[in-house]
Amino acid sequence: MRYIEMHAHMVSRTTDDYERMALTGCVAVSEPAFWAGWDRSTPEGFEDYFRQLTEFEPKRAQQYHIQHYTWLCLNPKEGDDRKLATEVVKRIPKYLDRPGVLGIGEIGVNRITLNEIETFKDHVQLAVDHNQMILIHTPHLEDKYKGTKIIVDNLLKFQKLDPSRVLVDHAEEHTIDMILSNGFHTGLTLYPNTKVSAQRAVDLVEMYGTERICVASACDWGPSVPVALPYFMMEMRRRKHPESLIDTMVYRNPAAFLEQSPKFMLPGEAQPAAVPAAK
Amino acid sequence: MSVTKGVCPLTMRQIVDEYFIENRTKLLDIAAFLDRIERSSDQEDPSKDFRLRVFRKALDILSEDGQSRVLRMQMLLSDPTTAPRTVLDQKSAKGAWDDQEAAR
Repeated sequence: MRYIEMHAHMVSRTTDDYERMALTGCVAVSEPAFWAGWDRSTPEGFEDYFRQLTEFEPKRAQQYHIQHYTWLCLNPKEGDDRKLATEVVKRIPKYLDRPGVLGIGEIGVNRITLNEIETFKDHVQLAVDHNQMILIHTPHLEDKYKGTKIIVDNLLKFQKLDPSRVLVDHAEEHTIDMILSNGFHTGLTLYPNTKVSAQRAVDLVEMYGTERICVASACDWGPSVPVALPYFMMEMRRRKHPESLIDTMVYRNPAAFLEQSPKFMLPGEAQPAAVPAAK
Repeated sequence: MSVTKGVCPLTMRQIVDEYFIENRTKLLDIAAFLDRIERSSDQEDPSKDFRLRVFRKALDILSEDGQSRVLRMQMLLSDPTTAPRTVLDQKSAKGAWDDQEAAR
Protein backbone atom coordinates (compact mmCIF):
# COMPACT_ATOMS: atom_id res chain seq x y z
CA MET A 1 0.00 0.00 0.00
CA ARG A 2 1.18 3.52 -0.82
CA TYR A 3 2.03 5.98 1.95
CA ILE A 4 3.47 9.43 2.52
CA GLU A 5 5.94 9.74 5.41
CA MET A 6 4.96 13.12 6.85
CA HIS A 7 7.86 13.50 9.25
CA ALA A 8 11.25 11.82 8.85
CA HIS A 9 14.75 13.10 9.56
CA MET A 10 16.36 11.27 6.70
CA VAL A 11 19.75 12.98 6.99
CA SER A 12 20.16 10.79 10.10
CA ARG A 13 19.20 7.59 8.31
CA THR A 14 21.06 5.28 5.99
CA THR A 15 20.31 4.75 2.33
CA ASP A 16 19.16 1.26 3.31
CA ASP A 17 16.31 2.95 5.19
CA TYR A 18 15.19 4.69 2.00
CA GLU A 19 15.17 1.28 0.36
CA ARG A 20 13.07 -0.27 3.15
CA MET A 21 10.66 2.62 2.98
CA ALA A 22 10.32 2.33 -0.79
CA LEU A 23 9.82 -1.43 -0.56
CA THR A 24 6.99 -0.93 1.96
CA GLY A 25 5.15 1.62 -0.20
CA CYS A 26 6.59 5.02 0.71
CA VAL A 27 6.23 7.42 -2.22
CA ALA A 28 7.07 10.75 -0.59
CA VAL A 29 8.89 12.05 2.47
CA SER A 30 8.55 15.37 4.26
CA GLU A 31 11.66 16.19 6.30
CA PRO A 32 11.60 18.98 8.87
CA ALA A 33 14.82 20.59 10.05
CA PHE A 34 16.00 18.96 13.25
CA TRP A 35 18.55 19.05 16.06
CA ALA A 36 21.70 17.14 15.20
CA GLY A 37 21.99 15.72 18.72
CA TRP A 38 24.58 18.39 19.50
CA ASP A 39 24.32 22.17 19.18
CA ARG A 40 25.55 23.73 15.95
CA SER A 41 27.89 26.57 16.78
CA THR A 42 27.44 28.95 13.85
CA PRO A 43 24.76 30.23 11.46
CA GLU A 44 26.96 28.97 8.64
CA GLY A 45 26.53 25.46 10.06
CA PHE A 46 22.78 25.84 9.58
CA GLU A 47 23.25 27.02 6.02
CA ASP A 48 25.21 23.87 5.25
CA TYR A 49 22.36 21.86 6.79
CA PHE A 50 19.78 23.70 4.67
CA ARG A 51 21.86 22.89 1.57
CA GLN A 52 21.95 19.25 2.63
CA LEU A 53 18.15 19.25 3.04
CA THR A 54 17.45 20.99 -0.26
CA GLU A 55 20.22 19.70 -2.54
CA PHE A 56 21.69 16.41 -1.38
CA GLU A 57 18.80 14.66 0.36
CA PRO A 58 16.33 14.90 -2.57
CA LYS A 59 18.88 13.17 -4.78
CA ARG A 60 19.31 10.36 -2.28
CA ALA A 61 15.53 9.87 -2.07
CA GLN A 62 15.17 10.00 -5.83
CA GLN A 63 17.33 6.87 -6.16
CA TYR A 64 14.42 4.98 -4.60
CA HIS A 65 11.69 6.89 -6.45
CA ILE A 66 10.69 8.70 -3.26
CA GLN A 67 9.82 12.39 -3.56
CA HIS A 68 11.61 14.49 -0.96
CA TYR A 69 10.23 17.69 0.60
CA THR A 70 11.58 19.71 3.48
CA TRP A 71 10.88 22.40 6.09
CA LEU A 72 13.48 24.86 7.38
CA CYS A 73 14.15 26.36 10.81
CA LEU A 74 16.38 26.34 13.84
CA ASN A 75 14.99 23.44 15.86
CA PRO A 76 13.43 24.03 19.33
CA LYS A 77 16.29 22.13 20.99
CA GLU A 78 18.54 25.04 20.00
CA GLY A 79 15.91 27.74 20.44
CA ASP A 80 17.16 28.93 23.81
CA ASP A 81 20.22 30.50 22.14
CA ARG A 82 18.61 33.75 21.08
CA LYS A 83 21.68 35.21 19.38
CA LEU A 84 22.16 32.17 17.15
CA ALA A 85 18.42 31.81 16.50
CA THR A 86 18.01 35.42 15.44
CA GLU A 87 20.84 35.12 12.95
CA VAL A 88 19.57 31.82 11.53
CA VAL A 89 16.03 33.17 11.11
CA LYS A 90 17.48 36.05 9.06
CA ARG A 91 19.17 33.59 6.71
CA ILE A 92 16.21 31.25 6.08
CA PRO A 93 14.34 33.36 3.48
CA LYS A 94 16.96 32.87 0.79
CA TYR A 95 16.21 29.12 0.85
CA LEU A 96 12.42 29.34 0.83
CA ASP A 97 12.12 29.44 -2.96
CA ARG A 98 13.99 26.17 -3.43
CA PRO A 99 11.87 23.46 -5.09
CA GLY A 100 11.31 21.06 -2.18
CA VAL A 101 10.82 23.60 0.59
CA LEU A 102 7.23 23.46 1.89
CA GLY A 103 7.53 25.90 4.79
CA ILE A 104 8.91 26.59 8.26
CA GLY A 105 9.46 23.69 10.65
CA GLU A 106 9.72 21.91 12.85
CA ILE A 107 9.45 24.84 15.21
CA GLY A 108 8.07 24.94 18.75
CA VAL A 109 9.46 24.67 22.23
CA ASN A 110 11.54 22.04 24.01
CA ARG A 111 11.89 22.75 27.77
CA ILE A 112 9.51 25.71 27.50
CA THR A 113 11.88 28.55 28.36
CA LEU A 114 11.16 32.22 27.77
CA ASN A 115 13.90 32.28 25.12
CA GLU A 116 12.50 29.24 23.31
CA ILE A 117 9.10 30.91 23.14
CA GLU A 118 10.60 34.07 21.63
CA THR A 119 12.45 32.00 19.02
CA PHE A 120 9.23 30.15 18.23
CA LYS A 121 7.36 33.42 17.72
CA ASP A 122 10.15 34.72 15.44
CA HIS A 123 9.72 31.66 13.24
CA VAL A 124 5.92 32.01 13.12
CA GLN A 125 6.31 35.65 12.12
CA LEU A 126 8.76 34.58 9.42
CA ALA A 127 6.19 32.12 8.08
CA VAL A 128 3.44 34.73 8.14
CA ASP A 129 5.65 37.31 6.40
CA HIS A 130 6.55 34.85 3.63
CA ASN A 131 3.17 33.08 3.39
CA GLN A 132 4.70 29.76 4.40
CA MET A 133 3.06 26.70 5.88
CA ILE A 134 4.20 25.64 9.35
CA LEU A 135 5.13 22.29 10.89
CA ILE A 136 5.28 22.36 14.69
CA HIS A 137 7.14 20.20 17.20
CA THR A 138 5.55 19.78 20.61
CA PRO A 139 7.74 18.88 23.62
CA HIS A 140 8.41 15.47 25.06
CA LEU A 141 6.94 13.57 27.97
CA GLU A 142 6.08 15.70 31.03
CA ASP A 143 6.59 18.89 29.02
CA LYS A 144 4.11 18.00 26.27
CA TYR A 145 0.85 19.25 27.78
CA LYS A 146 2.20 22.58 29.03
CA GLY A 147 4.28 23.13 25.88
CA THR A 148 1.45 22.34 23.49
CA LYS A 149 -0.85 24.71 25.36
CA ILE A 150 1.70 27.53 25.20
CA ILE A 151 2.29 26.86 21.50
CA VAL A 152 -1.43 26.86 20.67
CA ASP A 153 -2.07 29.99 22.76
CA ASN A 154 0.75 31.83 20.96
CA LEU A 155 -0.37 30.68 17.50
CA LEU A 156 -3.84 32.04 18.16
CA LYS A 157 -2.33 35.49 18.73
CA PHE A 158 -1.17 35.64 15.08
CA GLN A 159 -4.30 36.99 13.45
CA LYS A 160 -3.00 36.52 9.90
CA LEU A 161 -2.19 32.87 10.49
CA ASP A 162 -4.51 30.36 8.82
CA PRO A 163 -4.70 27.33 11.19
CA SER A 164 -5.47 25.01 8.30
CA ARG A 165 -1.92 25.63 7.02
CA VAL A 166 -0.35 24.61 10.34
CA LEU A 167 0.30 21.07 11.53
CA VAL A 168 0.93 20.71 15.29
CA ASP A 169 2.79 17.43 15.52
CA HIS A 170 3.48 14.74 18.11
CA ALA A 171 -0.03 14.86 19.59
CA GLU A 172 -1.03 12.43 22.31
CA GLU A 173 -4.21 11.69 24.24
CA HIS A 174 -3.98 14.81 26.42
CA THR A 175 -3.11 17.30 23.65
CA ILE A 176 -4.97 16.21 20.52
CA ASP A 177 -8.24 17.89 21.45
CA MET A 178 -6.74 21.36 22.00
CA ILE A 179 -4.98 21.11 18.62
CA LEU A 180 -7.94 19.94 16.54
CA SER A 181 -10.52 22.14 18.24
CA ASN A 182 -8.53 25.22 17.24
CA GLY A 183 -8.54 24.27 13.56
CA PHE A 184 -4.97 22.98 13.20
CA HIS A 185 -3.91 19.74 11.56
CA THR A 186 -2.13 17.30 13.84
CA GLY A 187 0.25 14.38 13.66
CA LEU A 188 0.64 11.19 15.69
CA THR A 189 4.22 10.02 16.05
CA LEU A 190 4.96 6.31 16.14
CA TYR A 191 7.96 6.10 18.46
CA PRO A 192 9.07 2.92 20.21
CA ASN A 193 9.07 4.53 23.69
CA THR A 194 8.49 8.23 24.06
CA LYS A 195 5.44 9.07 21.94
CA VAL A 196 2.56 6.83 20.78
CA SER A 197 2.53 3.19 19.77
CA ALA A 198 0.70 2.03 16.65
CA GLN A 199 -2.05 0.72 18.93
CA ARG A 200 -2.58 4.02 20.72
CA ALA A 201 -2.45 5.87 17.41
CA VAL A 202 -5.29 3.72 16.08
CA ASP A 203 -7.16 4.26 19.36
CA LEU A 204 -6.90 8.03 18.78
CA VAL A 205 -8.19 7.69 15.22
CA GLU A 206 -11.12 5.68 16.53
CA MET A 207 -11.84 8.32 19.16
CA TYR A 208 -11.27 11.52 17.14
CA GLY A 209 -12.02 10.42 13.57
CA THR A 210 -9.75 10.90 10.59
CA GLU A 211 -10.17 14.59 9.79
CA ARG A 212 -6.92 16.63 9.91
CA ILE A 213 -4.96 13.77 11.53
CA CYS A 214 -1.75 12.37 10.02
CA VAL A 215 0.57 9.63 11.23
CA ALA A 216 4.35 9.56 10.92
CA SER A 217 7.47 7.77 12.13
CA ALA A 218 9.46 10.95 12.87
CA CYS A 219 12.50 8.71 12.54
CA ASP A 220 15.76 10.40 13.44
CA TRP A 221 19.18 9.53 14.92
CA GLY A 222 17.63 8.07 18.10
CA PRO A 223 15.58 4.92 18.68
CA SER A 224 12.95 5.15 15.95
CA VAL A 225 11.55 3.09 13.09
CA PRO A 226 11.60 4.50 9.56
CA VAL A 227 9.02 1.91 8.47
CA ALA A 228 6.69 2.57 11.41
CA LEU A 229 3.78 3.45 9.11
CA PRO A 230 3.40 -0.10 7.78
CA TYR A 231 3.07 -1.23 11.41
CA PHE A 232 0.29 1.34 11.86
CA MET A 233 -1.42 -0.01 8.74
CA MET A 234 -1.12 -3.54 10.08
CA GLU A 235 -2.71 -2.44 13.36
CA MET A 236 -5.61 -0.85 11.44
CA ARG A 237 -6.15 -4.15 9.61
CA ARG A 238 -5.93 -6.06 12.88
CA ARG A 239 -8.96 -4.07 14.03
CA LYS A 240 -10.83 -4.69 10.77
CA HIS A 241 -10.73 -1.10 9.57
CA PRO A 242 -11.27 -0.92 5.78
CA GLU A 243 -8.42 -0.36 3.34
CA SER A 244 -10.00 2.93 2.25
CA LEU A 245 -9.69 4.26 5.80
CA ILE A 246 -6.05 3.20 5.99
CA ASP A 247 -5.40 4.98 2.68
CA THR A 248 -7.01 8.11 4.12
CA MET A 249 -4.71 8.07 7.13
CA VAL A 250 -1.40 7.32 5.45
CA TYR A 251 -1.82 8.90 2.01
CA ARG A 252 -4.84 11.14 1.48
CA ASN A 253 -4.61 13.10 4.75
CA PRO A 254 -0.92 13.96 4.42
CA ALA A 255 -1.47 14.78 0.76
CA ALA A 256 -4.39 17.07 1.62
CA PHE A 257 -2.24 19.02 4.07
CA LEU A 258 0.91 19.15 1.95
CA GLU A 259 -0.92 20.05 -1.25
CA GLN A 260 -1.63 23.45 0.25
CA SER A 261 1.89 24.21 -0.91
CA PRO A 262 1.98 24.62 -4.69
CA LYS A 263 5.36 22.89 -4.63
CA PHE A 264 3.95 19.59 -3.40
CA MET A 265 2.83 17.21 -6.09
CA LEU A 266 1.49 13.73 -5.61
CA PRO A 267 3.54 10.93 -7.11
CA GLY A 268 2.82 10.78 -10.80
CA GLU A 269 2.14 14.49 -10.93
CA ALA A 270 5.76 15.48 -10.38
CA GLN A 271 7.46 17.08 -13.34
CA PRO A 272 9.65 14.52 -15.07
CA ALA A 273 13.32 15.33 -15.22
CA ALA A 274 14.32 16.68 -18.62
CA VAL A 275 15.86 14.06 -20.86
CA PRO A 276 18.73 15.52 -22.86
CA ALA A 277 18.29 15.26 -26.60
CA ALA A 278 20.48 12.74 -28.33
CA LYS A 279 23.31 14.31 -30.30
CA MET B 1 -14.80 7.67 4.84
CA SER B 2 -14.67 8.17 8.57
CA VAL B 3 -14.75 6.03 11.64
CA THR B 4 -17.52 5.94 14.19
CA LYS B 5 -15.97 8.15 16.83
CA GLY B 6 -15.11 6.38 20.05
CA VAL B 7 -15.82 2.90 18.76
CA CYS B 8 -13.39 0.07 18.15
CA PRO B 9 -14.79 -2.23 15.44
CA LEU B 10 -13.87 -5.35 17.42
CA THR B 11 -16.16 -6.96 19.99
CA MET B 12 -15.04 -7.21 23.60
CA ARG B 13 -14.22 -10.89 23.10
CA GLN B 14 -12.26 -10.14 19.93
CA ILE B 15 -10.26 -7.40 21.71
CA VAL B 16 -9.40 -9.76 24.55
CA ASP B 17 -8.53 -12.60 22.18
CA GLU B 18 -6.32 -10.31 20.14
CA TYR B 19 -4.58 -8.28 22.85
CA PHE B 20 -4.66 -10.25 26.11
CA ILE B 21 -1.35 -12.04 25.79
CA GLU B 22 0.71 -8.96 24.90
CA ASN B 23 -0.85 -6.93 27.70
CA ARG B 24 -0.32 -9.79 30.15
CA THR B 25 3.35 -9.52 29.18
CA LYS B 26 3.33 -5.77 29.87
CA LEU B 27 1.83 -6.36 33.32
CA LEU B 28 4.52 -8.90 34.15
CA ASP B 29 7.21 -6.49 32.93
CA ILE B 30 5.90 -3.83 35.32
CA ALA B 31 5.78 -6.30 38.20
CA ALA B 32 9.33 -7.41 37.44
CA PHE B 33 10.47 -3.76 37.23
CA LEU B 34 9.11 -3.06 40.72
CA ASP B 35 10.68 -6.27 42.07
CA ARG B 36 14.02 -5.28 40.49
CA ILE B 37 13.94 -1.97 42.32
CA GLU B 38 13.46 -3.82 45.60
CA ARG B 39 16.54 -5.89 44.73
CA SER B 40 18.66 -2.80 44.07
CA SER B 41 22.25 -2.94 45.29
CA ASP B 42 21.85 0.13 47.53
CA GLN B 43 18.37 -0.72 48.86
CA GLU B 44 17.45 2.95 48.47
CA ASP B 45 13.92 3.98 49.42
CA PRO B 46 11.94 4.09 46.11
CA SER B 47 9.69 6.84 47.42
CA LYS B 48 12.65 9.23 47.29
CA ASP B 49 12.53 9.20 43.48
CA PHE B 50 9.81 11.46 42.04
CA ARG B 51 9.36 9.17 39.05
CA LEU B 52 8.57 6.18 41.23
CA ARG B 53 6.18 8.20 43.39
CA VAL B 54 4.24 9.06 40.23
CA PHE B 55 4.53 5.50 38.97
CA ARG B 56 2.75 4.20 42.08
CA LYS B 57 -0.08 6.66 41.54
CA ALA B 58 -0.30 5.60 37.90
CA LEU B 59 -0.79 2.00 38.98
CA ASP B 60 -3.80 3.10 41.00
CA ILE B 61 -5.34 4.62 37.86
CA LEU B 62 -5.12 1.27 36.09
CA SER B 63 -7.51 -0.30 38.56
CA GLU B 64 -10.03 2.55 38.56
CA ASP B 65 -13.09 2.90 36.35
CA GLY B 66 -14.49 6.12 34.98
CA GLN B 67 -12.92 8.74 32.71
CA SER B 68 -10.24 7.60 30.25
CA ARG B 69 -7.41 5.93 32.15
CA VAL B 70 -4.83 6.92 29.57
CA LEU B 71 -5.91 10.56 29.71
CA ARG B 72 -5.74 10.63 33.50
CA MET B 73 -2.34 8.94 33.41
CA GLN B 74 -1.02 11.42 30.85
CA MET B 75 -2.07 14.31 33.06
CA LEU B 76 -0.59 12.65 36.15
CA LEU B 77 2.76 12.47 34.36
CA SER B 78 2.56 16.05 33.03
CA ASP B 79 3.92 19.33 34.31
CA PRO B 80 0.80 21.03 35.73
CA THR B 81 2.36 24.50 35.91
CA THR B 82 1.77 27.22 33.33
CA ALA B 83 4.77 29.57 33.64
CA PRO B 84 7.71 29.14 31.26
CA ARG B 85 11.14 28.34 32.71
CA THR B 86 13.31 31.41 33.01
CA VAL B 87 16.48 29.44 32.22
CA LEU B 88 17.16 26.23 30.36
CA ASP B 89 17.89 23.47 32.89
CA GLN B 90 18.69 20.60 30.52
CA LYS B 91 17.88 19.49 26.98
CA SER B 92 15.88 16.35 27.74
CA ALA B 93 12.61 15.72 29.51
CA LYS B 94 12.62 13.36 32.50
CA GLY B 95 9.47 11.33 31.86
CA ALA B 96 7.45 12.60 34.80
CA TRP B 97 6.81 15.89 36.52
CA ASP B 98 9.19 16.43 39.43
CA ASP B 99 6.82 17.68 42.11
CA GLN B 100 9.76 19.08 44.08
CA GLU B 101 11.30 21.06 41.19
CA ALA B 102 9.48 24.25 42.12
CA ALA B 103 10.69 24.02 45.70
CA ARG B 104 14.35 23.92 44.67
